[in-house]
Amino acid sequence: MTQYLLLLLSTALVNNVVLVKFLGLCPFMGISKKVDTAVSMGLATTFVMTMSSASCWLLENWLLAPLGITYLRILVYILVIASVVQFTEMVVRKTNPALYQVLGIYLPLITTNCAVLGVPLISTQEHQPFIVSLLFGFGSAVGFSLVLALFAGLRERLNLAQVPSAFSGSPIGFITASLLALAFMGFAGLVSH
Amino acid sequence: MFVAVASLTTLGLILGLLLGVAARRLAVEGNPLIEEIQAILPGSQCGQCGFPGCAGAAQALVAGEAPVTLCPPGGRDVVAALALKLGIEVDLSGIKDSGPQIAEVKEELCIGCTRCFKVCPTDAILGASKHIHSVFREACTACGKCVEACPTEAIAMRPVPVTLQSWYWDKPEERLAA
Amino acid sequence: MKLFSRFKPQGGVHPDGRKDLSADRPIRVLPMPERLFVSLQQHVGAPASPVVVVGEKVLKGQLIAASQGNISAPVHAPTSGHVAAIGDYLAPHPSGLPAPTITIEPDGEDCWAALDVPIDPYALEPEEIAKRVAAAGIVGLGGAAFPSAVKLNISRKTNVQTLIINGGECEPYLTCDDRIMRERAAAIVSGIRLIQRAVGCTEALVGIEDNKPEAIAAMREAAKGTDVKVMPVPAMYPMGWDKQMTRALVGKEVPAGGRSSDIGVLVHNVATAYAVHEAVALGRPLISRLVTVSGEAVKIACNLEVPLGTPAQALFDYCGGYAGVPARLVMGGPMMGHEMPNPYIPVVKGTSGVLALTHKEIGQPVPSPCIRCSTCVRACPVGLLPLEMAAHIRVGDLNTSVDFGLKDCIACGSCSYVCPAHIPLVHYFNFAKGELAAKERAKLKQEGTKKLAEARNERMEKIARAREEASRQRAAKKAAQEAAKKAAADAAAAAAPQQEATA
Repeated sequence: MTQYLLLLLSTALVNNVVLVKFLGLCPFMGISKKVDTAVSMGLATTFVMTMSSASCWLLENWLLAPLGITYLRILVYILVIASVVQFTEMVVRKTNPALYQVLGIYLPLITTNCAVLGVPLISTQEHQPFIVSLLFGFGSAVGFSLVLALFAGLRERLNLAQVPSAFSGSPIGFITASLLALAFMGFAGLVSH
Repeated sequence: MFVAVASLTTLGLILGLLLGVAARRLAVEGNPLIEEIQAILPGSQCGQCGFPGCAGAAQALVAGEAPVTLCPPGGRDVVAALALKLGIEVDLSGIKDSGPQIAEVKEELCIGCTRCFKVCPTDAILGASKHIHSVFREACTACGKCVEACPTEAIAMRPVPVTLQSWYWDKPEERLAA
Repeated sequence: MKLFSRFKPQGGVHPDGRKDLSADRPIRVLPMPERLFVSLQQHVGAPASPVVVVGEKVLKGQLIAASQGNISAPVHAPTSGHVAAIGDYLAPHPSGLPAPTITIEPDGEDCWAALDVPIDPYALEPEEIAKRVAAAGIVGLGGAAFPSAVKLNISRKTNVQTLIINGGECEPYLTCDDRIMRERAAAIVSGIRLIQRAVGCTEALVGIEDNKPEAIAAMREAAKGTDVKVMPVPAMYPMGWDKQMTRALVGKEVPAGGRSSDIGVLVHNVATAYAVHEAVALGRPLISRLVTVSGEAVKIACNLEVPLGTPAQALFDYCGGYAGVPARLVMGGPMMGHEMPNPYIPVVKGTSGVLALTHKEIGQPVPSPCIRCSTCVRACPVGLLPLEMAAHIRVGDLNTSVDFGLKDCIACGSCSYVCPAHIPLVHYFNFAKGELAAKERAKLKQEGTKKLAEARNERMEKIARAREEASRQRAAKKAAQEAAKKAAADAAAAAAPQQEATA
């Protein structure tokens, strides 16, 4: 049990997918203007990442490996991810049309979120068992959502600050992101193997 | 080779089937967003946006076929409200907003032809045949239909006059010490 | 004896009082100026509507404009003379926009109209007192200019038990309330008793800042033998804010968005109590008020009794003119008053002072960025976060500033006063409140026009339907007629061969 908790903690904080592995930077900068939207995006991505981690593990171990066609891995993974994203899109559209409108292009773009593809790939590379792979996906997604929400909060506050005009907008956003990444480096060593 | 093609095809078929079923189950009838958008629009059906009435404009907005800046009578506030609802970012400073306007009848030019109050979508013009017409300030949405209808160019749009009741402080200008 | 009330005021600042300039100058009556510009919008609410015509002769105290609607106040002629003009004239408003004004040319006789003086004012029915207060055009003389009779009626209906008389006068420079308490304490106490009777409340507390010991002594002396209690309160700004005064005297806080009557309290200014005495006991409507003329740029600071409608310039002239060039002319106090674009702005019911300030006194430092030192938070008497509100307003996020309590801001200016970065905080709040009110008005208008448009569409459809119906009926009628005609022709045709046959 402790092992799983530690796994979650280490994927969410220590090896944070955005700020330590630098994956998924596109939505990190794109959907972080408002906390509400960021949290919703985080939830959608969490769903997609967890589902795709699980299904990719199943496909890898039950289809690709037995048939010896592991060279198709990326293709198959993308296919699965795209399907899950499509499904998520339908659900969001049905349940929350305004959010659907707000997320706009970023919702289908979860497909191209490199974190969503990267996490199952890393998991496969490390030959993780199913549960570990699932938790790895979920933990990474939680880490992604956490950072997205934190950064959105920071940007909401940044909006109020009187930033020199050359830095206002994205530049100060990047500087803040780097500071946040520095802060996350402080988690290194929190979980020792 | 054959295994790869077959397995990918099967996988694609299965996923496609699943998505198809999901699409049926989760089909959205109409779009509730359209109604919400319509509530934001002025509702005077003036047609200045080029769509048939505010309902048409709302549909076009939701479909992304019209910019949020389409509504001249709505002014900057409506643009801001639409942008917020649709999650679009607009630079409000770029929009020229002449402020709220109303129609004004120039009494020396009005011939009392009654054409303007027949086209007014909000019944904001009062008058009778061969009498000078006048505009109800409170009901005028500045849609401009009367301006087009007037044969003598007696109607013009002008900014709503500032009164003691409606005046308020300007936003403090930002002049920071260097 | 308790020196201070038990309750601690919240927030507040301690600006340099500068009251020494005029505090020891007895009240003097300003000689009648050449012309009086009596504004019809001297109160909160709807402007009064004129009941005189140009050229008409009016007597002192005669009604010249009647109140309009529930929240309004009538206006009376400050002296006898004739109406020279009715129309827009400069108004004491920060916008500099004109207001409807009646110009009166005094005839110099200062002849009173017939006054209705009751035999025993303290025996009048409460409703009658409120009616007389309304008819006299009395509004809150502390500066808010809210019609007093409206407050009396609300308080009587909500069964208010405590009357608070506000002798705070916390604004720097102003000393007119101080002087009126020192010199006319008996009349004030009489006014307080009348208000008490009008509202039916037992308790009457007079709160006076402890930097006015003479006023406290005079009021104590006058209140002897009555149930009016005089209580010193600590001197600070804004002690004269009615809710702060209430908190200091009875320890209760008015809920956000509520009125004093919600907690059983009615607050009136000392000058209003004096005006009530004048109106009810002596039958004199509100036609003059005490005004402090002060500031370093005035030769001799004074407290003057001024007929309403007197241009500020006449006051400065009486005080010996300017000492040097004034950097800014202010109507009201330096904290909540507003700049006069020119010195010809007339005195209105809410004018407590006219100030001519030098550069040294105003100081216009350039604002620098907020460093979130939170000095403004400590200064805010309402307990708001001025820095957060201003930051959100600056980037145009007015709704969040409302969440932070913008609507509860009283625009006292304490935050702007203490801000070490000289950020015009209260200016931001005034702007945001105006913008929100304008948005609200636009929204109401939009809802109204939407309804109009819908009604019109419905009507058009109805007309179209009726027209269609009429044309269908006409067609049917025509068809019926034709059918009848045809039938008749057929019958005739059928009858013809018979006739032939019979022939």
